[in-house]
Amino acid sequence: MDKKPIAESYRRNAAILEIQDLSVTFRQRKGLFQSEDLPVISRLNVTVNQGEIVAVVGASGSGKSLLAHGIMGILPVNARISGEMNFLGEPLTTERICKLRGKEIALVPQGVTYLDPLMKVGAQVREQQPGKEGKRRQKELFSAYGLPEKTEERYPFECSGGMNRRILLSTALMERPKLIVADEPTPGMDLGQAKRAMADFRAFASQGNGVFLITHDLPLAISAADRIAVFYAGTTVEEAPSSDFASEALLRHPYTRALWRAMPQNGFQAIPGTQPYVKDMPKGCVFGPRCPKFTKECLGDIPMRAVRQGTVRCILQHDEHKIREARESKDAQKAQEEREVQKYAGGR
Amino acid sequence: MTLAAVNRLIIYAAKKAVRMAALLVMVSLITFGLISASPIDPLQANAGQAAGSMSQEQLDRLAEYWGVDEPPVKRYINWAGDVLKGDMGTSLLYRRPVTEVISQKLFNSLFLLVISWLVSGVLGVFLGILAALYRGRLADRLIRGYALLTASTPAFWLALLLLLVFSVWLKLFPIGLSVPIGMEAAQVTAADRLRHAFLPALTLSITGISGTALHTREKMIDCLESDYVLFARARGESRWEIVRRHGLRNVLLPAITLQFASISEIIGGSVVVEQVFSYPGLGQAAVTAGTGSDVPLLMGITMITALVVFGGNFAADILYGIIDPRMRRGGEAVEEQ
Repeated sequence: MDKKPIAESYRRNAAILEIQDLSVTFRQRKGLFQSEDLPVISRLNVTVNQGEIVAVVGASGSGKSLLAHGIMGILPVNARISGEMNFLGEPLTTERICKLRGKEIALVPQGVTYLDPLMKVGAQVREQQPGKEGKRRQKELFSAYGLPEKTEERYPFECSGGMNRRILLSTALMERPKLIVADEPTPGMDLGQAKRAMADFRAFASQGNGVFLITHDLPLAISAADRIAVFYAGTTVEEAPSSDFASEALLRHPYTRALWRAMPQNGFQAIPGTQPYVKDMPKGCVFGPRCPKFTKECLGDIPMRAVRQGTVRCILQHDEHKIREARESKDAQKAQEEREVQKYAGGR
Repeated sequence: MTLAAVNRLIIYAAKKAVRMAALLVMVSLITFGLISASPIDPLQANAGQAAGSMSQEQLDRLAEYWGVDEPPVKRYINWAGDVLKGDMGTSLLYRRPVTEVISQKLFNSLFLLVISWLVSGVLGVFLGILAALYRGRLADRLIRGYALLTASTPAFWLALLLLLVFSVWLKLFPIGLSVPIGMEAAQVTAADRLRHAFLPALTLSITGISGTALHTREKMIDCLESDYVLFARARGESRWEIVRRHGLRNVLLPAITLQFASISEIIGGSVVVEQVFSYPGLGQAAVTAGTGSDVPLLMGITMITALVVFGGNFAADILYGIIDPRMRRGGEAVEEQ
């Protein structure tokens, strides 16, 4: 793709981060002379627009962290990356990410191992801003996250898991980035702290920035994100507005629906089977072997299709009738609520 | 440091002191046992050539004086009792108190040991970090090759090689001793001492580097592959910043520990190296005492050497506790906030 259409799309959508057909493969030694390529991420699409929180939701071990590392340009040397990544309308090349990371794009990594065990946490948070201003900003962030003053003089091993998460979160907010890539930022935090973190992400996004939230926690994603990309076997099978998760019928992909049904309030039903291992990916649709609606056509190439305000990697035609029903029931519910509000207001 | 931490330290030191005492008792027992089992003749050692021309009466008196016919257990107890009173006996060869001989030789040796210990430590860490940074590339292969080569080179052979090249061919350094021959002690300058210590110290340094370099390399590779370095990269830190801020911090700790623990190796090496360079240090005295059947001196040197090695390991343990915050503060409860 040449530069012009990207720049145009940036102006149109104000996209901060666009990822198109991203693939990551690992070259692995096999025997003495041979090597094989393991595709860990294939043909992944996701976009983060200005003011948006976009969540990538997928099961543990499905390669979500590699996606974050791919964006930050910190994949291991034996990884090959292909596809299009654009940041603020310009291609995100290796040279460019090296200049931007830590400044325009900040990472919130997954756990305490990402902190230097022998360095006091305050100094680690201030790493790029050792001056007075940095100290002030760090104190401000720590107090906002309920970390006591003396925390900055502690080492990571002296802090609890939840404290370390909040310390990692502070590192991203120290700089003034345009995009935060957060890799599972909330486990170990209590509900209040997680909500606080999400509120901060929301406030950050509404200043014209973007948040790319990687998580396995679907309820968290639904409550915090504007759009959700569902990650399965190294690719995005569906991208949908969070509001679509209000009803199963509004969802586009059988896997997303299965995820929805697996939520406690929606029946807590798990589907049989596990995600395929990268070495034996099924032909055609990656979800094929576990899909209840599997047909022979699913063995072919499955393109990404736009359906309503989202996209889906599935050839199944959706039951538009059911969707209308779901919408109508939602509308009816809304209307009912409005009537009640009016009644209440009118009664005064 | 809190009161609890001080208490912990005292208990720790007390435990170590008991261990040290036990070690010294064991070392002295084993040394004494070995010496008793070996065909050593104190008369021969003390009287030397003159013993042949002595009368039987004189020999008997000497034998009685040195306690030759007493059972080994009694001799050991005699010796140990004197040592506890601070008397390590008289050297049969030097005919001076053992403590005096050892302190003089130890001073000469320390000069060598400290220089080579520092040089091998600093260079070892530096080369180890360099190798890790250029892992798999030319610099790494050269450094690793060097380390493996010197680790498998016998110290005496290297000493002979250096002696041959620098002293015999190039005539840059003296071929032996710690001071110039035929010079009055008062006239010997520090430069003279350095010139004489250079080759032995170089030999010990060259062989001492390999362990530290290889260990540091491993540690640095671990560090460079760690999540925190990955995160540092994601925060835009340059390679040099990462080495300075995170690498050194995480590599120096094990390196220091290793370096203190390696004192034993340097002392072991010094025995051979001092012999080759006729350097009048503790190592050479040990060899002389051993081959010359000088039991009190040999016992004394063994004890002092064991003490120095133990001290090195002890220092490593203590330093680790002081430098590593996980050890220093680890005993205190983690507060949940």
